[in-house]
Parts: sequence; structure tokens; C-alpha cells
Amino acid sequence: MSAASAATRIDDALAQSWYEASARQRVDALLDRGSFVEFIGPERRETSPHLPLFDLPEQFDDGMIVGRGRLDGASILIAAQEGRFMGGAFGEVHGAKLTGLLRAARELRTPVVIAFDTGGVRLQEANAGEMAIAEIMRALLEARLAAVNVIGLVGGRAGCYGGGGLIAACCSALAVSEQGRISVSGPEVIETNRGVEEFDSKDRALVWRTMGGKHRRLIGGAEIFVDDTVASFRAAAIALLARAPALTRAMLVAEQARLETRLDAFGDCADALDIWRRLGIADAASVPAMSYGEFDALGARITEVIHDAR
Amino acid sequence: MEHLNYKHTARARATGEKKQALVGVVASGNLEVLVERVLPGNECEIDIRTAAEGFGEVWKEVVADFVGRRSPGGLKFSINDGGARPDTVALRLAQAARALEGDGT
Amino acid sequence: MSDWDKGRRARAARIAAGARFAQGKRVDARDATALLEAVIQPGDRVCLEGDNQKQADLLAAALIAADPAVLHDLHMVQSGVVLPEHLDVFERGIARRLDYAYSGPQSQRIAKLLFGGRIELGAVHTYLELFARYFIDLTPQVALIAAVSADRNGNLYTGPNTEDTPTVVEATAFKDGVVIAQVGEIVDELPRVDIPGDQVHFVIDAGRPFFVEPLFTRDPGAITETQILTAMLALKGIYAPYGVRRLNHGIGFNTAAIELLLPTYGERLGLKGKVASHWALNPHPTLIPAIESGWVEQIHCFGSEVGMDAYIRARSDIYFTGADGSLRSNRAFCQTAGLYACDMFIGSTLQIDLAGHSSTVTTGRIAGFGGAPNMGSDARGRRHPSEPWIKAGAEADPGEKAALRRGRKLVVQIGETFGEKNTPMFVEKLDALELAEKLKLDLAPIMVYGDDVTHIVTEEGIANLLLCRDADEREQAIRGVAGYTDVGRARDKAFVQRLRERGVIRRPEDLGIDPLDADRRLLAARSVKDLVHWSGGLYAPPSKFRNW
Repeated sequence: MSAASAATRIDDALAQSWYEASARQRVDALLDRGSFVEFIGPERRETSPHLPLFDLPEQFDDGMIVGRGRLDGASILIAAQEGRFMGGAFGEVHGAKLTGLLRAARELRTPVVIAFDTGGVRLQEANAGEMAIAEIMRALLEARLAAVNVIGLVGGRAGCYGGGGLIAACCSALAVSEQGRISVSGPEVIETNRGVEEFDSKDRALVWRTMGGKHRRLIGGAEIFVDDTVASFRAAAIALLARAPALTRAMLVAEQARLETRLDAFGDCADALDIWRRLGIADAASVPAMSYGEFDALGARITEVIHDAR
Repeated sequence: MEHLNYKHTARARATGEKKQALVGVVASGNLEVLVERVLPGNECEIDIRTAAEGFGEVWKEVVADFVGRRSPGGLKFSINDGGARPDTVALRLAQAARALEGDGT
Repeated sequence: MSDWDKGRRARAARIAAGARFAQGKRVDARDATALLEAVIQPGDRVCLEGDNQKQADLLAAALIAADPAVLHDLHMVQSGVVLPEHLDVFERGIARRLDYAYSGPQSQRIAKLLFGGRIELGAVHTYLELFARYFIDLTPQVALIAAVSADRNGNLYTGPNTEDTPTVVEATAFKDGVVIAQVGEIVDELPRVDIPGDQVHFVIDAGRPFFVEPLFTRDPGAITETQILTAMLALKGIYAPYGVRRLNHGIGFNTAAIELLLPTYGERLGLKGKVASHWALNPHPTLIPAIESGWVEQIHCFGSEVGMDAYIRARSDIYFTGADGSLRSNRAFCQTAGLYACDMFIGSTLQIDLAGHSSTVTTGRIAGFGGAPNMGSDARGRRHPSEPWIKAGAEADPGEKAALRRGRKLVVQIGETFGEKNTPMFVEKLDALELAEKLKLDLAPIMVYGDDVTHIVTEEGIANLLLCRDADEREQAIRGVAGYTDVGRARDKAFVQRLRERGVIRRPEDLGIDPLDADRRLLAARSVKDLVHWSGGLYAPPSKFRNW
């Protein structure tokens, strides 16, 4: 590496990583400077009623930040999960804040950005959490039926698993970074239920090529692949809000057809590498190591997966 | 969970205009500090809920040093602690005070 | 009639006994145990190559499969007790006595066996001492070693993990001992010859590579703000004023943070080219950004590191490499370099007492020291001057005439006041002392002696022990950086304040460092993937460190 590019790297090191940022830092950096107004902020101390029963510490915002702000001048509603508090898991209050935000979005006809960072439902409040997932999905789809776009961003420590994966699938469009993982069952869950031969959760390369951002982008599970910076996520959110498809019957039919095609095309593949090869990527094994720029160029070539249906 | 509460009189009232700030996150070895400008004069209160029980003496010293070093008059600090080490607690308190002064986030 | 070649004839007899299982030097892996039973004799000193990284795992398994009626009372002389098999030989009654230097993953079990009397302990050595004793009174009769490949004449290629092998073979082969090697494959032509075939008596094709553990990979993602603060203090408060160019780093997260701050914070301090240019160091992945930014001139390595081979190959200006292009490491030489040629050792520990003695031994864990005491001690035999060495010597002994004054190596202990699970790093009494009492050892297992330590760095500041004039000053200087540990809270505040005024203790603010600036964004790499990018894709980390 030359001295000049080394110097650039130093500047890069000072840039904000989405993966490393807290939920609050993500919200602040994503929105136009100083425009964020929080609903039910930490000063309200609207914490989980369940965690004290387990003698577990609470967090003042229950790991979910909701509010309004401006994105590139436009009014939006925003939600962000803190993946480090209980793995960003959905509990009663955590979920209710997002449900309320999505219902408000429908009333106000204001688009929504959700920064996912979750392992799924919180074990200690499983029933409330599962109900919250269902309510969120309903509120999200009702908002979309009212022509409100809901954009999901995935690139946090906890990934986007369990109910979070279901909610993400309901969004108008998704942006994901390499670090982001989107799935319903997590690696450990699959290994526990189906055995280590089926899925070795400790093989991190396997986890990432099965659930990680690059794979999701290549098979059409996410619209935009972004670099791990808050600036990239901001640009992606702006772009997706401008072009996200409406939720219509025709779109759902198209989505069903797309998923059937995907199953036909790749259903017999045992590994993501096989899928990538079939997509026409000759050196599939090199995909995980690719830099953002190299992969973005590759993604641009794999055009057939960009599809309004999802 | 253990509940601890300390009240001090600071040397001076905290500077800045911001009403509240929050730093940190509740996780293993970490904590969140919510700081609010809600107390009169030079009063300072630190309210702690911690998962690590039996460290009251250490908290007392960390808090006293913090109040002595900074001038957090008028501020109430509310802490949810996931078992952070004293150096992390001291760092978060300092971050919270600075966040409220408004010269950083 | 004179009888001056008993050893030579005994070796010939052993080789003849082993030859029944061999074709030339080659022995089938299935006959490994039979070979060992034939060659080794009860009571023998055996080196079962367990290095810091590389393990003769096939030979270890073969040895524990031996019949204890045939093989017993062996005296194991090996630097690393790493594999479970290394202790199984004692449980199975095959071995009785042990001399070693390091036992990382087996530290708990080795403690149990010592307490239970299953192991008769010679000593816990440092690497250099054990290697030295191979040539004096602990010479192995049989060495069981590991290499990457062999040719038909028994020449060996060790690959980048040469480590202890040349030393072990030198002592064994030239003093009438038998050398048995396990290799990953047998080839027509070796990439290079690390061990000449005339020093190797039997070769077993394991059909797979030996076991090696990535010991020196620290994930930048796990480095904390407090560790970054300690790294900033060390760079500004020690590296800069002493101008430390020749050095060794430990393997903890604090020193990994220093490595990752060189191209950022170090650059801002204007230290490039002035510090940290020549190293005795394993190929730490976290040093890649500093290397790529032109900080590093030369590194000699004790061993290698998993995933670093291609990078090292492509940076032969920096590393020592063979004609084939791959790394040539050598633990004995590198330890010697660390002892005599480095001006500073900086590393972490688990416990420090009020005199500055430190140890990684805690009750129930006897990890051994490896090389830390060789690095972390003042070499009394040193005669060549250097700026940091002379400056440190002057601080310690300002009254002596300069021309007669010994310099001092900088021996720096760095860490957070509380370690994992909130255990304090500072203690009134070391667990090592209790252990010595329990096991009736002559010496407590101290890693770095207090009189060798020159500085202690914690998040609270730097204590410069060179400037302490008596035991009270040392004690208060140590308490003065011990934070909120019991030791720290029991400080004499006025005394500590006076030490601070004299510069014995320096707080972050004394050095112009705001603890709130200790931010992960200062790290030149914040993830293992960043390290891969810095390396131009040459570093290939093991899967367990990946999140891509």
C-alpha cells in the first residue's frame, strides 16, 4: 500500500462505522443534522415490565428508539434497535414503540426507516414479544397499503433474525452491508434443531455466505448493498425511499412468481457458493473477500435480481 | 439488582444548555448513563441500578471522584448498569457530562 | 580398554531396535507406538515437541498409546504443555517428571496433577533456560518433533513454524540421542532444508499437517476504549520520550491497541521513524497497518501465525524468510534477541503486587511464563549502549558516573486496573506465593520481578518505578495507578500527589491526553476484515475470526 493510500486509510478509520455505532449514533448520523425528535425518550423511563421479574437490568428506551426527523429535507419517521441491549430483542415495550410508529406513519402518510439490529424475540417476554412481531407486521403492511414506504437497514452486530427477519421481509425495500445478516432461524437454532452436519454455527464463513449481506444482495433479498459507514446507509435510505414499490395485488403475484423461480433455479444447491456459480460468478469463492467496491461492481452485473417484487 | 443513590453538592453548576443526554448501553460490562438538567443550584444526584451487587463502596468513590473532578451541579445521573468495571463507569460519567455540555456526542 | 562411546553405541542400539519398523528412515503411522516402545527406554528424558504453537500431535497420541509396563518413568523436557496428551502421559503412568516453560490451555489440569502428586516437577522454566539446560543437564535421549515435510533422506522442512525444532534437534542429535519426526507429507524435493537429514533418524508420514493454534490473533473489534487509553498513554508517555526503536510486545489487547494506534495516533505525535521500527515479535496481524504505513523496518519471529504466511512471503523486506520465500522463525534466537537486543518489553499480566512483582499464575492455573521473563528482564550481561537504555539507567541511578552506569531495559506492564470478570490486577499478595507454599516450591512462579519492572501503565496513568528511591515510594507509585481496586483505594493520597508532582506518576491530563478522546475510531483497523484490506488481501484469517 502506498503512503498516500495509507493516509486515506487513516481518514477512513476516523469515519463512522454503522456496525460499531450505537442505535442513537445511527439515528443522529442518518438524519439531517439536528432534526431528530424522539418519541417516548429515555427520560420517560418507559422500561420493560418483565425484566425486573428476572432480576435483569432495564434500559431506559428498552433498546428501541423511535421518532421523527428529516432525511435529505423530507420528513420521515425513524426507528432504531440497539443490538447490544439484550441482542436487540423484541419485548413488549420495544415492540409497542415500533407498532405505534408504523400506525402513526399510516395516519400521517409519512415514510419510515427502520434500522434493524436484532436477534429476534426476547426470551424473557416471549409471548409479548411474539405478539409484538405480529402487530408490527400488520401495522407495517397497513402502512404500505396506504402508500407509505417502509425501508429497512441491516448492518448491526446482532444482524436481523427471528421476528426481525419476518418484519424485514415485509418492508418496501432493504439495504444491507456485508456485516448484516438477514434470516429467520439463526445459525445456532438451525444447528440445534437439524444437527451440526446441516449447519455448523461456528463456521463463521458459512454463516456469512448463507445469511450475510453479500448473499442477500446476490439472490435479491436486499435491494442495495452498502459499505459499512453511516454515510452509505444514509445514501441508501434516500435512494430507496425515492424508488420503493407500492404494495399491490399485482406486486404480490409477481413476488410469488419470483420466489418460485428462485426455488426452481437454486433449490438443489447445497451451498451459497453453488448459487453464486449458477448466477454466473465464475470465481464464486472469491466473493466473501471482495472489497465493497469490487462487490458492488459485481452486484451491478447480476441485474436480474433487481426486481420490484419482494 | 442493587439500588444505590448518592447526593452531592458540586463546586459549580454544569455549563451548557442541553436538557438531557444519554451515553452507553446496558450490556455485559457496560452501562447507560442518562443525565438530565433537573436539579436546583449545585445539587447533583447519581442514581444507580446495578446487576453487580456488593460494590457500593467502589461506586461511592467513583462517584465522589467524578463530582470532584467535574462540576456537575444541577445534574441528575440515572444509571442502568450491566456490571461495568469502575474505569468504564468513570468514562461513561465523563462522557455523559461532556455530552450535556454540548461539545460532543 | 577405554569406554568412551557408550552413548554412541546406545544410540546405535536404539536405532537398530527401531529399524525393525522402518523402511530406511520411514515408519508407517500405524507403527508409531511400536517404534516409540522400541526406541525409548524407561527413565529416558524425552522432548515431545510441544512448542508455543506447533504440536507433534501424532507422536503425542502414539506415546500415550504405549504400554506403561514397557514405557514408564519418562522425564518430559518440553517447552510447551499444550495438548491434553501432554498430560495424559502422566495420568497413564508413562511419564513421571516434567520440566516445561508454558502450559496455556492445560494450565488448570497441570495444577491439578501437580497438587495430586501425579507430576514430579523439575521446574517451570523460561524458554531460554530450558533450551540452555538441553545443552547442560536436560539433554533429551529421544526427541519427537514435527515438520511440514520430509524428503527421502530425512531432511526436514519445518515451514514458517520452525520455532523450537532446531534447538531441540541440535541438543538431541549431537549428544547421542534419537530424533523422530512426524511430517505432513514426504516429497521428492523440499522447499528448503531446516533440519539436515543426518540429524533425523526416523520419519513418520502423518498424512496431514501438525496441529497449530492461532495464538497471536487479536480481533480489533474486541478492543475497548480503556485499552485504547492505556495505549495512548504508553505511546505518548513512554515510546516518545525514550525513543524506543527496538522492542517486543506481549500478546494482550492493550499492546494490540498500541500496534493499531501507530499509524493514527502515533503518526499525529510525529513518532514515525522514531519508535517501534525493529521488533522481536510473532507475526501479529494487528501490526499489518503499521507495516503497510512504513513504520516497521524489520521483524524477527519466535514462531508464525495462522493465516499470515502469504503476507509474510510478500513482505520479505520486513520478515526473515528462507530461499523458498516462507518465514523462518526460531524461538531460541528470537528469545535471545528479545533479551539482549530489545530496549523495551511491554506486556500484560494478571496480578501485580505492591513491590511490582507480577505473575500470570493464579490459584488453580499454572500457565507458565513462556518467554515473558526473558523479554521482561533487564539483561545484566548487556554491554552495548542505546539512547533509551542509557536514559532509563540514568533515571534509576542518577548519582553514578555516566561511564560506569548500567543502562536499563524498559520493562513495562500495561493493563486495566480490573481484568476479566472484574478481577483486580493489583493485589496485596500474589496467588503465586500461595501456590509456592502449597506445592512447597523453592521459588514462587513470578513472571516479572519487581526490580526488573520500570513502568506500570493503567487507565489511571503511568507509574515510573525508575524514579522511585525506596520501597515506600514504589508501593505508593503502584497504588497510585491501581484505580479503584482495594490496593488503589488504600493509597496515601498526599504521598501519591507528591509523586505526581515529581513526575513519578503521570495522569492522562499530565500528558495532555483527554480520556474522552480514547475512541475506537483511532484504531487503524477496527475489525479483522480491515486487517485483510490493509494486507491487500494477503492475510487469510482462520474462520473463527471472520464475520464475512
